[in-house]
Amino acid sequence: MAEVPSGYTVLHERPKAFYDTFERKGELQQQTHYCPGCGHGLAHKMIARAIDELGIQDRVIAVSPVGCSVFAYYYFDTGNVQSAHGRAPAVATAVKRSRPEAIVFSYQGDGDLAAIGTAEILHAANRGENITVFFVNNAIYGMTGGQMAPTTMLGQRTTTSPLGRDPFNEGYPLHVCELLATLEAPVYLERVALGNAKQVMAASRAIKKALTNQVKGLGFSLVEILSPCPTIWKLNPAKAQERVREEMVKVFPPGVYRDHTTERAARPAPPPAPGLDELPRLLDLEGHEFDRTGLERPAGLDLRIKVAGFGGQGVLMLGEVLAEAGLLLDLEVSWLPSYGPEMRSGTSNCHVRIADQTIASPLVAQSNVLLAMNEPSLRKFIGDVETGGWVLYNSRSLPEGVTAPAGVEVLCIPFTELADTLGEPKAGNIVMLGALLEAAGQLPAAAIDRALEMHVKSARWLELDRRALELGRETARKELANAYV
Amino acid sequence: MTQPNVQPDRGYVTISAEECKGCGLCVEACVPRVLALAAHLNHQGYHPAEYAGAGCTGCGLCFHCCPEPGAITVYKLARPAAA
Ligand SMILES: Cc1ncc(C[n+]2csc(CCOP(=O)(O)OP(=O)(O)O)c2C)c(N)n1
Ligand code: SF4
Ligand code: SF4
Ligand code: SF4
Repeated sequence: MAEVPSGYTVLHERPKAFYDTFERKGELQQQTHYCPGCGHGLAHKMIARAIDELGIQDRVIAVSPVGCSVFAYYYFDTGNVQSAHGRAPAVATAVKRSRPEAIVFSYQGDGDLAAIGTAEILHAANRGENITVFFVNNAIYGMTGGQMAPTTMLGQRTTTSPLGRDPFNEGYPLHVCELLATLEAPVYLERVALGNAKQVMAASRAIKKALTNQVKGLGFSLVEILSPCPTIWKLNPAKAQERVREEMVKVFPPGVYRDHTTERAARPAPPPAPGLDELPRLLDLEGHEFDRTGLERPAGLDLRIKVAGFGGQGVLMLGEVLAEAGLLLDLEVSWLPSYGPEMRSGTSNCHVRIADQTIASPLVAQSNVLLAMNEPSLRKFIGDVETGGWVLYNSRSLPEGVTAPAGVEVLCIPFTELADTLGEPKAGNIVMLGALLEAAGQLPAAAIDRALEMHVKSARWLELDRRALELGRETARKELANAYV
Repeated sequence: MTQPNVQPDRGYVTISAEECKGCGLCVEACVPRVLALAAHLNHQGYHPAEYAGAGCTGCGLCFHCCPEPGAITVYKLARPAAA
């Protein structure tokens, strides 16, 4: 390098927001990994300069994408997060919301932002997240070797549009700025190009403005950067730049698509998330304390319960009360509902597991308790009950032709009819619960009663359910006594 | 050596040959055309950009158009040359 003559001072030099050395590889630690003449290098440099000029290096958190720029975190000497393909705006949202004082930008290619990540960018923009997005549009998937991108131009040949993009086969190029400009929330949307020095200077200003907006707290800003990819376009850097200047800008006109930066006030800071200790109150779970003293945590318990019936028979609620009681006893619990699209009628069932060991799967394929509220459910599930298990069926006897597997205890009681005698056939599920507690009595009555109290808000129903529970217990007690005389 | 009756250039530019990838975008950007790709290759096999040594206006466009972080440094004349 030549000696700089005396009398000259530095005007432009390597931005400070870059690491001094890039540690990705053992050699060439001053260079990026981008191809000669690639727009990513330029975009990085403009961002780094803007960070320097705004004096925000210590506050910046960059979210890098999947694509050629996946290694952006090796270059920016800032906070860095690398996100899954297309998800950068969602990640940036989380980072910004949890660290509102940080300046968060996502950096994304057109495959990343406009193909796999279409939903994320749209909704982040629509929410007006106070983040900055740098969108590098090179009309192609670079990293994977030149497949068509949503932004590929009509007629452009790619490995997946070898005959040239045809609107009737592959659709039209997606105009991201125009699309986002239909939304209320974004504050600033501008498309710039890297087609010559003049365009580069304009791009540089837009990038700085997009970061400045965030410093001011104004909201969502995006800069789309029409960018050369000499390698995949199979053009030398100067020709690739020319293509940006001559061809791309015709398809994607540069310009400001939204600028509300003068009229918008800073977005209000997001309200702080409530503390953990506030959650019981917010979720209306207060007063749910339960005194476990004197109650034994049933050791070796492994209840695998299937509750099945018609929708409206209280199948899911019965399962919930069981699961809740398990929670109150400090047991491991899972509750998995399974029902058709219809909320009423149709069959529904739930899988409940209550165990003193960690539950690996909430699914109950082999049950040791089947609570069948109707015949179809009984027929469907009785074959899956294990030896030593229980079947409780909502009738006086098993239907014709149905037998329980060997070693399975069966208790047939017309629960709905019994509930009817209390004046409410819908309480049949709770009568059944009472019978279950009597038959397979591992769950203490106090826990069940407390769980009921938590689930049943109306005093009339709670009183009714308590009577239903007792009726179930009593009936089962008698039935069992008869069975064993 | 600067001659007393000649105005010194307003700018000066240095290019780190080993950081340069020879893309030539700086050459394209330079209005007075005082940059060129060298005939020789750097250790990576690129023709690095070179400054002719005179005629730089210090406009900085080569710096802004160079995709490499630190390949180009642009200088400006610190004080106006004595008349
Ligand atoms: C979930 C997932 N799907 C697909 C890929 C493969 N993939 C890697 S990069 C890429 C597209 C990159 O194109 P673009 O976002 O335009 O970035 P560029 O490389 O052109 O800068 C794809 C599809 C992946 N890594 N992960
Ligand atoms: S393939 Fe294209 S986008 Fe990727 S680094 Fe090379 S020039 Fe840049
Ligand atoms: S600063 Fe301007 S005049 Fe000097 S070499 Fe760079 S582009 Fe050319
Ligand atoms: S723009 Fe940068 S990398 Fe390209 S030739 Fe000039 S100095 Fe080298």
